[in-house]
Amino acid sequence: MTRKRKRLYIVLGGLALLGVATALVLSAFQDNLVFFYSPSDITAKNVPDGRSIRVGGLVEKNSVKRESDGVTLDFRISDGSQTVPVSYRGDVPDLFREGQGVVAEGKLNKGTFIASTVLAKHDENYMPPEVVDALKRSGHWQETGPKP
Amino acid sequence: MIVELGHFALILAACLALLQSIVPLYGASKNHAGLMAVGQSAAVAQFVLIALAFAVLVNAYVTSDFSVVNVVENNHSAKPMLYKITGVWSNHEGSMLLWVLILSLFGAAVALAGDNLPPGLRARVLAIQGMIGVGFLTFILFTSNPFLRVSPAPLDGQGMNPVLQDPGLAFHPPFLYLGYVGFSVTFSFAVAALIEGRVDAAWARWVRPWALAAWCALTIGIAMGSWWAYYTLGWGGWWFWDPVENASFMPWLVGTALLHSAIVVEKRDALKSWTILLAIITFSLSLVGTFLVRSGVLTSVHAFAVDPARGAFILVLLVLAIGGSLTLYAVRAPSMAGGGIFAPISREGALVLNNVLLTTAAATVFLGTLYPLFLDVVNGPKVSVGFPFFNRTFVPLMIPVALAVAAGPLLAWKRGDLRAALQRLWFAFFATLAVVLIGLYLAGFKPVLAILGLGLATWVGFGSLCEWAERVKLFRIPFGESWRRAIHLPRASYGMTIAHIGFAVSIAGIAASAFETERIELVHPGETLQVAGFNLLFKGTEKVPGPNYIADRATIEVRQNGATIAVLHPERRFFTLQQMTTGVTAIRSNFMADLYVALGDPDDKGGATLRAYWKPLVPWIWIGAVFMALGGLLSLSDRRWRVGVAARRRVPAAHPAPGE
Repeated sequence: MTRKRKRLYIVLGGLALLGVATALVLSAFQDNLVFFYSPSDITAKNVPDGRSIRVGGLVEKNSVKRESDGVTLDFRISDGSQTVPVSYRGDVPDLFREGQGVVAEGKLNKGTFIASTVLAKHDENYMPPEVVDALKRSGHWQETGPKP
Repeated sequence: MIVELGHFALILAACLALLQSIVPLYGASKNHAGLMAVGQSAAVAQFVLIALAFAVLVNAYVTSDFSVVNVVENNHSAKPMLYKITGVWSNHEGSMLLWVLILSLFGAAVALAGDNLPPGLRARVLAIQGMIGVGFLTFILFTSNPFLRVSPAPLDGQGMNPVLQDPGLAFHPPFLYLGYVGFSVTFSFAVAALIEGRVDAAWARWVRPWALAAWCALTIGIAMGSWWAYYTLGWGGWWFWDPVENASFMPWLVGTALLHSAIVVEKRDALKSWTILLAIITFSLSLVGTFLVRSGVLTSVHAFAVDPARGAFILVLLVLAIGGSLTLYAVRAPSMAGGGIFAPISREGALVLNNVLLTTAAATVFLGTLYPLFLDVVNGPKVSVGFPFFNRTFVPLMIPVALAVAAGPLLAWKRGDLRAALQRLWFAFFATLAVVLIGLYLAGFKPVLAILGLGLATWVGFGSLCEWAERVKLFRIPFGESWRRAIHLPRASYGMTIAHIGFAVSIAGIAASAFETERIELVHPGETLQVAGFNLLFKGTEKVPGPNYIADRATIEVRQNGATIAVLHPERRFFTLQQMTTGVTAIRSNFMADLYVALGDPDDKGGATLRAYWKPLVPWIWIGAVFMALGGLLSLSDRRWRVGVAARRRVPAAHPAPGE
């Protein structure tokens, strides 16, 4: 085994592995990037059911209802123009309140967003940057409101 | 007055660091013993000064000195003493001070324990440590000074984020920093070697203990963070592929590769420039981690404040450190041709495979972590990258690592015999087969991947045991003889076996999480919730006052087969000062499985939402990490590294072949 042969083997092995890794990353990016949508985006674009996405906005006033099982929570996320109904089974974060910013991750199912996680931040004044952006795009962002 | 003393000590330390980064370097180039020795005194003095500054800040917290802005923002007189002390590093300024304290600790350790180092190398290592010190000390002094005063002093402070008031989290940052910053030493050694243009087996023998120590601390730090997330956040998750977690995981992956490649440099004089590169990348990733966490580009529990000046400052440090070291590497590395030749199937080959896979895995984590930030910077769509991405990139890359871990140590150096190695693993092979078949039979082919994961864990674990059995010739020679061999095996060899078994234990814990069961229900007093054969009888909640909170404490009787086996008390704590509620889960563990109960929202009829999980083997994830760290420590205690022994060996080691 000469030094050149050895180096060739290592380089070839490394390249093969790099190829595999690139293929893995690309295919994973293809299917598994979780895109963020505002409620307006969801109404405007045809977001397919069953794909993992994030939705963010404000929890609409007077929309939070607990279902009779005591565990499932229904509410609507709004960006001022459009709203999306959300259904979430589980415990919401402590700062989840009507009128507050929220980001939910989950899948659409026949127009209802089935959330698997609901994120609201631990800080009173915190607004998720995605939500600020969504509100700005829909023209309902008030500079006097909570800042990111 | 005392506070100003701390501030002054910090400024003095920065000046000393500047001295330390210039004088020894100049001394080494002129081969002037006196100038080189300045590095040692400066490193020790710098440590003493920073320790003084740190002690001053701790004192300000303990005595609740509310004339200091940092104390006002993060402390409260009613906070328990433990959290007054840990509160020092629960905020940006204090944690950066801890960062430089640990940096200077390592600098002083190199200065004091490095008597067996060639003076030129030691001087250069200390100079590089000094440069890192200058960068971070000026960062603290100009953008994140913890000693700023406020006037008039408020009566009381604003307290600390209740989520952070937890013993597990209290010690997570120091361990993590010991790891992060510990890799600064290997970085300095690498840069010093590049300046000298010489890497030899002796160099690797000096570097490896530092890499091992840092790696052990980082392992513990990451495990603690994960454990904290598990028992605090209330939904039983232990790893979220959150950018902040990834920031600590990437240096760990590359650091693991570094540990293994340094063995090849030491034993076989090969892979030199690769090892140097790994040392540079490991610390660079630690810096990237510091940047991600401290700059506010990510929003999480770790991002305390968003101040663009801080982000920009760390970014500049990052560019200087990484850019500078990589440029030096590009210039110098080509002249460092490797020595030992080896066949692809050999122990070196197996270690190369380990290295390539680990660094590739780190690269995929890097991509997944930074891609959303990159898209955000170029105004692309807002995306996040979560579990599915990492499951499909990181996990497939780890499977060959695990497969190779068992066989690698059985291969000979230089040219190995794979078939012979695999033959020696027959027992591990049958054990794996048995676990997979029994698993498939019992679980009814349900989560096939999880069962294969358990099989992989068996392969790694029993493979490591086979390797040990091979070393002591178990059952092939009389037992007494094997016992004698077992006692005389070097500790480093036991370290490896234990660390590899730890890896197996962690894999088993991770794979078994597919078998967990979960129940979420609204229960009222007297009602029960069933999970995995346990009946949880909810007896209601009561108010219990704590030092700075009021808790709703639930009482839950756990019954199995009609007998009460435990009483659990999950809580929801309301912190009056911050107007925040945090959950405290109740976990009953027998080290084989956890019964995990979290208390959710109350309703108006005395009921509450309960979340109960049964999680088989989940404690093994952290037990495995502890094994890995113990293996590392055991290896570190090997007589090879001991100062005295190394010093006695200095004579042959100090004369490496020139012009290699």
